[in-house]
Amino acid sequence: MSALIEGQQGPWEYAIGLEVHAQVASAAKLFSGAPTAFGADPNTQVSLVDAAMPGMLPVINQACIEQAVLTGLGFGGTIACHSIFDRKNYFYPDLPQGYQISQYTQPIVSGGAIAIPERTVRITRLHLEQDAGKSIHDRDPDRTLIDLNRAGVALMEIVTEPDLRSPDEAAEFLTRLRALLRWLGTCDGNMQEGSLRCDANVSVRRPGAVLGTRTEIKNLNSIRFLREAIDVEGRRQVEIIEAGGGIEQETRLFDPDRGETRAMRTKEDAHDYRYFPDPDLLPLELDGAFIDGIRAVMPELPEARRRRFVKDLGLSDYDAGLLTAERARADYFESAAMGRDTKQTANWVTGELLGRLNKEGLEIEAAPIPAAELGELIDLVADGTLSGRMGREVFEAMWNTRRPAATIVEERGLKQISDTGALESLVDELLTREADKAFEYRAGKTKLLGFFVGQVMKATSGKANPKTVNELLRAKLET
Amino acid sequence: MALDRATVERIAALARIEIAGEEADALAAELGAILGWVETLNEVDTADVAPMTSVGGHSLPWRRDVVDDGGYPDRILTNAPDTAGAFFAVPKVVE
Amino acid sequence: MRRLGLADIRAGLARGEFSAVELVEDRLVALEAAEALNAIVTLMPERALDAARAADRRRAAGEPALPLDGVPIAVKDLFCTECVRTTASSAMLESFVPPYESTVTANLTAAGAALAAKTNLDEFAMGSSTATSRFGPTTNPWKAKGDQRPRAPGGSSGGSAALVAASVLPAGLGTDTGGSIRQPAAFCGIVGLKPTYGRCSRWGIVAFASSLDQAGPMTRNVRDAAILLAAMAGHDPKDSTSAREPVPDFEAALGSGVKNLRIGVPLEYRVDGMPDALDVLWREGARWLAEAGAEIVDISLPHTPYALPTYYIIAPAEASSNLARYDGVRYGLRAPARAIEEQYAHTRRAGFGAEVRRRVLIGTYVLSAGYYDAYYTKAQRVRRLIAGDFEQAFGKIDAVLTPTAPTAAFPLGEKMDDPIAMYLNDIFTVPASLAGLPAISVPAGLDHTGLPLGLQLIGRPFDEATVLRAAKALEAAAGFDAEPEFVR
Repeated sequence: MSALIEGQQGPWEYAIGLEVHAQVASAAKLFSGAPTAFGADPNTQVSLVDAAMPGMLPVINQACIEQAVLTGLGFGGTIACHSIFDRKNYFYPDLPQGYQISQYTQPIVSGGAIAIPERTVRITRLHLEQDAGKSIHDRDPDRTLIDLNRAGVALMEIVTEPDLRSPDEAAEFLTRLRALLRWLGTCDGNMQEGSLRCDANVSVRRPGAVLGTRTEIKNLNSIRFLREAIDVEGRRQVEIIEAGGGIEQETRLFDPDRGETRAMRTKEDAHDYRYFPDPDLLPLELDGAFIDGIRAVMPELPEARRRRFVKDLGLSDYDAGLLTAERARADYFESAAMGRDTKQTANWVTGELLGRLNKEGLEIEAAPIPAAELGELIDLVADGTLSGRMGREVFEAMWNTRRPAATIVEERGLKQISDTGALESLVDELLTREADKAFEYRAGKTKLLGFFVGQVMKATSGKANPKTVNELLRAKLET
Repeated sequence: MALDRATVERIAALARIEIAGEEADALAAELGAILGWVETLNEVDTADVAPMTSVGGHSLPWRRDVVDDGGYPDRILTNAPDTAGAFFAVPKVVE
Repeated sequence: MRRLGLADIRAGLARGEFSAVELVEDRLVALEAAEALNAIVTLMPERALDAARAADRRRAAGEPALPLDGVPIAVKDLFCTECVRTTASSAMLESFVPPYESTVTANLTAAGAALAAKTNLDEFAMGSSTATSRFGPTTNPWKAKGDQRPRAPGGSSGGSAALVAASVLPAGLGTDTGGSIRQPAAFCGIVGLKPTYGRCSRWGIVAFASSLDQAGPMTRNVRDAAILLAAMAGHDPKDSTSAREPVPDFEAALGSGVKNLRIGVPLEYRVDGMPDALDVLWREGARWLAEAGAEIVDISLPHTPYALPTYYIIAPAEASSNLARYDGVRYGLRAPARAIEEQYAHTRRAGFGAEVRRRVLIGTYVLSAGYYDAYYTKAQRVRRLIAGDFEQAFGKIDAVLTPTAPTAAFPLGEKMDDPIAMYLNDIFTVPASLAGLPAISVPAGLDHTGLPLGLQLIGRPFDEATVLRAAKALEAAAGFDAEPEFVR
C-alpha cells in the first residue's frame, strides 16, 4: 500500500483524520457507581442512573477526569481549566437518556501531537463522553435486544487533524496511540473487547491540493481493518472522482468479508444533535495544582525512555525502540537489567523472551518467567555456570515449568563443568587414550583440536565449559 | 415568527412525536405565535453578556472511583414493556 | 384535627392529646371524602399508617420525637416513591412503579412524616392550572361569591395545594419550575415556598427543566413551611447541583421580626391590567411590613418584562431533552409498532398530552441547528441579566415584595386554548426561578369575589430565613383566616 493512489489520471493523495474512542480505565462508570468490567451478564452492571430512570442524576467520577488529564499530558495537549459537559440529543434504543453526555464546545483537552516516523500528527482534542449500551440484532428474529452494561462507561474521544497520508500511517498512528494509552494506564487498548474503537475520516486530493470531501468510516475495531478500510475507501473515491462524480459526505461501514465500504442507512436528521450544556452538571473546573499533581505522577514517556536506553544504557536504537514499544516491556527489561550487563539483558529480552511471547501470541504481562528470574539466568550464563546453549535450554525449561533457573540447573545436573581439576584429569585420560592423534596434532595437524574438544564435551554430556576445555587442551598439547 | 408546515414536521420528526396531517397546520400557527412572542428578547442588548449556563455558584462535585451501584437487573427490568431473558427487547432495528 | 398544622401536631402528640395513628386515620378518612376535588392520583394508606405506627412506637418507647412524627403529607406525583406508582400525571408513566425513593421524600420519611397521598399535577409539571393532567383537572376548594363555576387551583402543584387549602392534609410537597408552588399557593390561599435552587435535592423527582426545578413546602402557615423545609433540605451527593450550604434553623429565625429589614418594591411588576384588588393588596403588604419596622425601598428590576419569554425558551429546551428518555424501551407506555422509529413516534404521541407535546416541540425547535443561538443562547444571556438585576438590588435591600400571580383563581377550562394567556400566570414568579432565588407566596387577602390573593417575597440565595421572617410578619399583619367554601 503506497502512500499515493495511482489513478487513471495520475496520483492521488490521502488525507485521513481519526476519531478514536478509548474506554477510560476506571472501576466505575463516568457518572454512576456501576462497574465497567467486560463480559458480565446482561443488565447486571447497570445503575438506575445508567438506565435513565425518571429523576436520576449524573455525578462525575474523579478517576475519569484524572485519566483524561493524564492522557492529554501524555500527548502534550493543553488541559482546560474550565470545560463543559453538553447533551448530544438523539434517539436510539441503547441510548437510555435520549442523549449522550459529551463535551462539544469546550473539551477537557485541546491540541497536542503524536509523532510517527513520517510526520508529526496533530491532535485536535480529547473529550470525555458516555458510551451507549449494546444492541444485539441477531439473537431474535423479530426483536433487537438491549444490554445496558456498557451504557455510561467513560470514553475518551481523541480526534486528530487530517494529517495522515496513507493507510499505513493511520495504522502506525493508532498503534502508537494505543501504546501510549496502555503506557499511561488510561485505557487497556483491547480492541477485541471494544475498549478501543476508531472512526476514520477519509478524503483524497491531488497532492498538495485543498482537502476533498470526506467520508467517515465508523467502528473499525482492529488496526488491520483500519488499514484495509482506508485503502479501499480511497480507491473508491478516486474511481468516482475520475469518472466525473462527486464524493458525498456520509457515514460508511467497512465490510471486511467483502473488502468494501458501504453507506449507512442515512437519517435525514443525523446531524441535528441539538447540543446544549447539561443543566444537571456544572462546569468542570480544574486548577493548576490538580493538573501539576497529575503531571508529577506521570510515568516517563516512551520517547524519553527510548532516548535514555540508548544514551545511558548503551542500547542500539533498534533494541531501545523494541523495548519501549510497551511500558510493560520496558519495565520488564529495566527490572531484568538491574545490576547486570544491559546489552546482554537486552539480547535475552528481545531475542528469547519476545520471540517466545510472539510465538505464543502473549503479552509480556503474561510471560511465565518473571524479570528477576530471567536476570538470574543471565547471571548463570555470564559467570560461566551455563553455556549459551545450556542457557537457552534452561530458559525453555523455565518457561514450561515456571521454576527458577537455579532449580532447573540443579535438578537436571546441567551445571557447566568449569572446574580445571576435574577437566584436567579427563583431558589427560583422553590424550593418553588418543596418543596417536596427540602426536599428529603436535606435528602440526592443529585441526584435531576440535576432535579433542568434542570428545571432552561428549564425555561430560556437554556440560564442560568449552572455553576451559580449549585452554586446557592447548596447554597440554602445545607444551 | 411564522412557522411553515414543513418546519413543524421536521421538528416533530426530530422529537419523535407523530403528528397527524391536519394537526401540523394548527401547530404551525400555535408554535409560531409562541416563537413570535419570545422573540421580544431581541429588544435586549446582550452583546457583552455571557450566557448563564448554571445557577449554582459552587463547582462540579466529583465522586470517587468506587463501584457502589448496579447488580440489580430485576430492578432495572421491572417496568420494561418487553424483555427477552435479562435483555430489554424492542422491534427489530435495521442498521 | 382538620385545622391542625405541623407545629400543632408536634405539640398535640407531645401532650398526648392524640396518637399519630389516630391523626393519620382521621386524615385518611378526610382524603377519601375529598374525592370531589380530584386532587389525588394514588392514596398511600399503608405507608402513612406504617409511619404513624412507628412514630407512636417511638413515643411509647420513650425515644426522642422526630420533627415530623405522624404528620400526614400530600406528595405531588412527581416525586418518585418506592413501590408506589409515580405518574407525573402523564399517560406515559401511568403504570410506572419506581424501584427507588426520591431524596426529599426519603428525608421526610426519615423525619417521621406519614406520606399519605400522591397528588395531581399538570402533566410533567407543565402548566399553571393542574388541568393538563392525564387524570383530569383538580378543582380549587375556593369559589367566587355568587359564581358556582369550579375554579382552577393553579399549577402545576395544584393537587397538593387543593388538599392543604381544603384542610384535608396539613402540608404538601410541591415542585416549582416557574411558579408551580407559589401560583397554586396564591390561588388556594395557602403558603408556598420555592427554596433556593440547590437547597433541596432533585434526585428522584421526575425532571421538567433541570436548571429551574426545585422542591418546596406547601402549608397553611409560615411556621409550618419553615418546619417542612428544614426536613426536606440538605446537601445530597447524588445531585451535582445540590448545594453544600448548611441548613439553618428556619423556625427559630421566624422570631426575629422584620425590624431594620429593607424590603424592595420593584416598579416593573406593576403591569397593565392588574386587578385593582391586587394592586391595593400589594401596597397594603408594603405598609404592613413598614409598620412592623421594615424599610420599604422602591427598586428597579429592569429586565423583568423579558423573564417570561426567557423562561419559555429555556424550560421547554431542557424539557425536550429531559423527556427524551420516555421512548417506550425501558419503562412507561409503549405503543404497539413493528419498527422502532414507528414505536417512538406512536409512543410519544400517545403518552404525552397536548401541552407537553407543544413544549417538547418548542424546545426541540429552539435547540435545533440554526436556531440555537438566536433562541437558546440569547435566552441564557438575558437570564444572566435578570439574575444580575436581583444581584444588584440585593446590594441595598434584603427581600423583594411583589404579587404572586396577576389574577385570582380563574374558572376551570379557561385559557386552555390560549397557551400564551396561560403562560402569563407565571409573570411574577418566573424571574426568581430564573435567578434561582428563594421565594414564598403568602395568602394576604381576598379579592371582591372572595377569592384568595397572595403576595410574594423573594430573597437572596440561601437566605430562606429572611424570606420566612418577612413572610411571618406579612402573615401576622394580614390575619388571613378565611376558609374556602369546600370546607364550610
